[in-house]
Parts: sequence; structure tokens; C-alpha cells
Amino acid sequence: MAEVRLMKGNEVIAEAAIRCGCDGYFGYPITPQSEVMETLMIRKPWEETGMVVLQAESEVAAINMVYGGASCGKKVMTSSSSPGVSLKQEGITYLAGAELPALVVNIVRGGPGLGTIQPAQSDYYQSCKGGGHGDYHLIVLAPASVQEMNDHVDLAFELAFKYSNPAMILSDGVIGQMMEKVTLSPMKPRWTDEEIEKISGSWATTGKKSNRSRNISTSLDLDSAKQEQFNHKLQAKYKAMEENDVMFEKVNCEDADYMFVAYGSSARICQKSIEIAREKGIKVGLLRPITLFPYPTKAIQEMVSQLKGILTVEMSAGQMVDDVRLAVNGAIPVEHFGRCGGIIHSPEEIVEALEQLIKGA
Amino acid sequence: MTEELKDIIKEENLVYAKTPVLTDNVMHYCPGCTHGVVHKLVAEVIEEMEIQDQTIGVSPVGCSVLAYNYLDIDWQQAAHGRAPALATATSRLHPEKYVFTYQGDGDLASIGCAEIMHACNRGENIVVIFVNNAIYGMTGGQMAPTTLEGQVTATTPYGRDPELNGYTMKITELIAQLPGTCYVTRQAAHTPAAVRKTKKAIRKAFENAGKNIGTSFVEVVGTCNSGWKLSPVKSNDWMVENMFPMYPMGDMKDGEKGLNK
Repeated sequence: MAEVRLMKGNEVIAEAAIRCGCDGYFGYPITPQSEVMETLMIRKPWEETGMVVLQAESEVAAINMVYGGASCGKKVMTSSSSPGVSLKQEGITYLAGAELPALVVNIVRGGPGLGTIQPAQSDYYQSCKGGGHGDYHLIVLAPASVQEMNDHVDLAFELAFKYSNPAMILSDGVIGQMMEKVTLSPMKPRWTDEEIEKISGSWATTGKKSNRSRNISTSLDLDSAKQEQFNHKLQAKYKAMEENDVMFEKVNCEDADYMFVAYGSSARICQKSIEIAREKGIKVGLLRPITLFPYPTKAIQEMVSQLKGILTVEMSAGQMVDDVRLAVNGAIPVEHFGRCGGIIHSPEEIVEALEQLIKGA
Repeated sequence: MTEELKDIIKEENLVYAKTPVLTDNVMHYCPGCTHGVVHKLVAEVIEEMEIQDQTIGVSPVGCSVLAYNYLDIDWQQAAHGRAPALATATSRLHPEKYVFTYQGDGDLASIGCAEIMHACNRGENIVVIFVNNAIYGMTGGQMAPTTLEGQVTATTPYGRDPELNGYTMKITELIAQLPGTCYVTRQAAHTPAAVRKTKKAIRKAFENAGKNIGTSFVEVVGTCNSGWKLSPVKSNDWMVENMFPMYPMGDMKDGEKGLNK
């Protein structure tokens, strides 16, 4: 029977990692996500599944431990919050450049700099538009509930191994800290050496057998022509993600004249705003991207002919709104609303912003 | 009657052969560089211990970034200074494997100072091969933490001045203080005798990894004749005269990990 529990989002990340057969977690404490490693240390999965858990000396070391573990074909992960994820960017671009599957969890807090420890969604650019150097993308998942924190861990590993690409769970301090009912995933065993050989034997550094040439995990190619070719290969991979793995949810969109576009905790707040607006006679729906990369561009475009305007709601000064505007391409008004710096917008504020949009439209 | 050369070159007269763990790729190292010798020694140890299929190397950023072209084993190429972090995870996920990092002095003692200190302090079951030539080779001869006082480099054109550039760092002495290390030694590779000693040290380090008794750290003081702007022969003389007094040869620690050991 499925196991149902009341848990914090951060705790669920840890539990889901153990249950999906994760081989290693490497992290460094930072608020508001320290419960991830704390939960793992209490759970002692090394006794149960053999999973390695290690507190690294820095975020930089942690992400590079992930690089080492991922190079072995293992399911490895790290978690952090915004300032820590900035430190990880070096390792993240190396992972992308070496085409290594891995999971990075970002429980976002307000910035820039040391910022605040309160929730925010101001790392969208960093997560979806690069962060580190070079032309690369992460697979970015945006859970909007504690249940999705559970589900996205396994999903992120699945997509990361499907595309040989690092994946990120982009959550925030609201989802990380709040408690909700969650149906936990059943236990999956960790991959055996034989399974890793089958899945990743062509590239994983597991010790060179006499029947194969040596495997090298690297992002270096001094030959520019080859490096360009490699970049084209990466771009083809991102295109395949856009064609095959976009995920989103639509709420109350059937009769909508207006639409919110929001992810994560903002999408949850927008559901209340929909109720308030509809009581006032405003027909508004919600499109919630579940994958932020690949982005549900087509799904937004398909709504344009039906809509009079879109309000993007993010706990930031307006980042994802760029992608909505690119999708809409000027056909209808697109405005941004969002509190930032650690302040969470109220459903009423969002409705007020929608009313402003309607006035202007 | 003088012996013909063709009569001498026979299988039974062979006294030396290149280890098959070393690939046939032409090395990019400058003539006179110490890396080639150290690569060969690591390769020979891997062959002699019959651990080619159980060894994972982690290469650094610097001149030896392309070490993976020369040793026929599985390799991970790390970001600058981060090799010990990669090796940490690899060793913990594969406790039965032989995991080593190969790092230069810029990589290990400057940008990777935190990673090497903490990997050694945790006593990771890894081997560290540290080639110290007191300069950044690949980027064109800039100052490293290990650069000697007064030494001229591209970024200390008037010689290293401690007031301006800080003091020469003896990182191996610091490493030897960490309880996670079991074996810390400093060697060189400028004479046949020194090469033999270095090989013995590398062998011991890899054997330690098989026993899981802590981190083994082998520094090899080497030359960078291109960076130093000296001929290979003069580089060796300069090294003996200037580097050896600052970096004395020998074991600093030989035991097993743990406090008070």
C-alpha cells in the first residue's frame, strides 16, 4: 500500500532520493534547504541502500563531487539555495559540457548577493538561461507542491539519463519549508554494476576493461571545429527536449479571457486569485509550466487567439515574463506582477494587477 | 670480432620496454619537462600492480590537463583545482577502486587549496600525485603559490616580492599535518636515482590505496624549462640549487590516518 505522510518539501527531497535509488548526495548547509542533508544524515541510507551521503567543504566541492560521481555513471545529486547555487555554476557548466546526468536542487531565496533567507523565484534566468558559461541548458523542473517535490526527484534523474544532461529542480523556500500530505514513491533498488555497465558503459569511468578503449569524462576539446560540432550536438539535444518533454498544467483555461502564467508557489497562489477574480466575473485561467526548460512555448501560443491578455506572476522583478512575451510575440498584452526580495504576493494583489491589465488592454 | 647491432637487438637481450599502460600518443610536453617522467612512473606502477582495470585517474587544469591522452586508463578531467572533490566521490562510490589525482602546483596549492586540504583531512582513500615546478606552465609562466622569493615569472617580472606577492607556500608540509593522510613525501625526478626513489614512493602510495589507510600524497619537485626560460640541463641545476633548499626531499609522514598517529 502507498505510504502517505505529512512532510516538509525539503525532507521529501531526501526521502525521494533514497527511494529512487540515488547513489550519492553531496551538499553544503544553507538556509532554507539544510533539511535535505539533515534528513539524509538522520535516515542513514548508507546502511539501507548503500547510498553515499557527504557534507562537502563548500558548494564548489559538492558540485565537483557530483561531477566525479556522475562520471562513474552513478545517480548523484546536490542541493542548495541561491547563493550556493551561484557557487555551483562552474561545476554545472562542466557537467553540461561533459554531458553528465546529475540532479541539482535549488530551494530559491531572495537575492542578489547574500539577499535574504525568505522565498523568491529570482533565479529563473540563472537556471534557464545559462548561469555558467557557454551555450548550454539544464533540464529545469518546477514543483508546485510537496507531492511534486517527491515526484520530480525520480523524474529529474530519468530525464537527466535520457539526455545525458544535468537536471535541476527549481523550487523555492515556500515549497521547501511547507508541510503537505505526500504519497511517497515505492523503494527502487540502486543500479547494480552490471546495470550501470548496460546503461552508461560506453562513457562511465568504472575502470578500463581490456575489451574497450578508455572512457574519458571531459568537457575539453582544443580543436575549435570539433567544439563547434559538439555545440551543434548539444543544441539538437535541447531541441529534442522541446519536442518531447515539455510539461505544463492548465487550470480553468477553457472559457478564459485572461490567463496567469506562473510556476511553483506563485502558481499555487494564482489558484486562489482565480477564485477571487471569477467571483468578480473575470474569466481567468492559469497555465503552469512544470518544465521551465524545455519551456511550454507552444502551449502559450495556442492560447493566444482565445485571450485578451496574460499576466505573468513570479516572485521576482520579472524574469520568466521574457519567455512569455517571446511566445506571444506582441499579439496580446503581457504584463508581469510579482513581489520580490523574499516577499510573497497575496492572491488579492495578483487580482488587482490583473484588473490593471484589463483596464490597459 | 665486433658484435653486429642486429645481433644485439634480440628479445632475450631486452632490459626495458615501454609499459603498455602508456599510450603511443606523442606527448605535448616541452622537452625537459618533468611530467613525462612522472606519467611514465605512474603508468609503470599501474602495470606492475596489475590494476589498469581498477584505476581511475583525475586530471587537473594546467599542463597535465591532457594526461588522459597518455595513460590508458579511465579518466575524469576536473575543473581547475577540483580534482580531489571528483576523486572523493569516485572513491566513495567505488571503494574497491584505485583513484588518483594528478595535479600541478597552481591547481593544487592555489585555486584548489580548499579541495586538497579537505580531501586529505577527511582521509579519502586516494592517491595524490603533485608535480611542483614553482610556476604556471600552461598559461605561460605566471607566479604560483610555490614560486620562490625573487623568482622571475610573467606576473613577477621583477622577482617575487613577499610584500607584494606573499610568501612561498610549502603546501606539502601543511598536508603532512592533516590527520587524514597516511603517507606524505617529497621526491624529484632529475637523476636516475631520484626517478627510482619517486617510483618507489608512487608504488607505496598506490599500495596504501589498496589497504584503505588514508590519503597518500606524493610531491615531485620538477622543472619547467619553458617557464623558467632555461635549458633542460640548466633547469635541473637551477632546481637543485634553488628549489631543493626550500623543498627538501624525503618522507614527512609514513603511517596511517588518525589523530596521534
